[in-house]
Amino acid sequence: MRQARGPVSAKWFFGIAFVLVAAIVGVGFFASSNPDGLEFVAQSLGFSGSASESATSGSPVADYAVAGVENAWLATALAGLAGVALVLVLGMVLGLAVRRSRREPVEPS
Amino acid sequence: MHVPDGFLNVGTSVAAGVIAAVAVGVALTRAKAEQPTEYSVPMVGLVASFIFAGQMINFPVGAGTSGHLIGAALAAVLVGPWTAVLCLTAVLVVQALLFADGGITALGTNVTLMGVVAVFAAWGVFVLLRMLLPKRAAFVGGSAAVAALVSVPVAALAFTLLYAIGGQVPIDLGLLAGTMIGWHSIIGIGEAIITGVVVSTVVATRPDLVYGLRRFPVTSAPVAREPVGA
Repeated sequence: MRQARGPVSAKWFFGIAFVLVAAIVGVGFFASSNPDGLEFVAQSLGFSGSASESATSGSPVADYAVAGVENAWLATALAGLAGVALVLVLGMVLGLAVRRSRREPVEPS
Repeated sequence: MHVPDGFLNVGTSVAAGVIAAVAVGVALTRAKAEQPTEYSVPMVGLVASFIFAGQMINFPVGAGTSGHLIGAALAAVLVGPWTAVLCLTAVLVVQALLFADGGITALGTNVTLMGVVAVFAAWGVFVLLRMLLPKRAAFVGGSAAVAALVSVPVAALAFTLLYAIGGQVPIDLGLLAGTMIGWHSIIGIGEAIITGVVVSTVVATRPDLVYGLRRFPVTSAPVAREPVGA
């Protein structure tokens, strides 16, 4: 079964999509610094104290900020871009892995 | 809702780790059937990186609380539920190992909550709506939004169950359930809006890339400009 491919070519679709994803972390509306739902609940019910610091808190990009970069916005934007790039590569490797291990290739692409 | 180290005892964390490992193992096998399209590789990469970006952005939900996208419904509808498990796991692993977001011993817990429970809660709702609603592309964005709305409090409920089994600090479990589900229902509205907008946009521009549309006989999306293969 084939479906209509829509009004946008794949090149444009993925091009614009990846630019948007980079823009989300690059521009950095990391907006609210309030605790997230779970942290808030943990604080209000009194079990947040049982959280221990992450073993990776010494990472150069811990808490979404590149260590040593003075400007907070820049530190977060750079950490975000690095993360997005890494996850993009990981995701594509996963995509390749689940495609490669197919028993019979359906079509060359 | 990234669980830090220390909230749950070791036994519960290990058990959640086993659940997560089994789910990822099954997903590696089952995801193959979900990825027959020629654009699988960039699509899986795109969805994973979008989820990472979306999880970085905390939107305020009032009373000093914030929420962020989980992306379970978004991934399940766009690339299929088993591939979604893999996307969420990749994001959570990178966050825990590099960004100190979510604990290391809690990684299995977080994969279980956001990568397994939220994904299949979302996919269950989406499939149910797909059966009930007319098979039209126009409904897919809305169905994905409803699936997203439900997935967040269901994951919050799953956290409460894990906490009931192995929470380190004794607290009133009924109160925990109510507070977790209450706040995460509000956060779910943000999840629903983002998911609905993104899925609708992909449906309108490249319906062939949307896994949740594949069983539809015909799509009512705009006609192809590119030649459609035989």
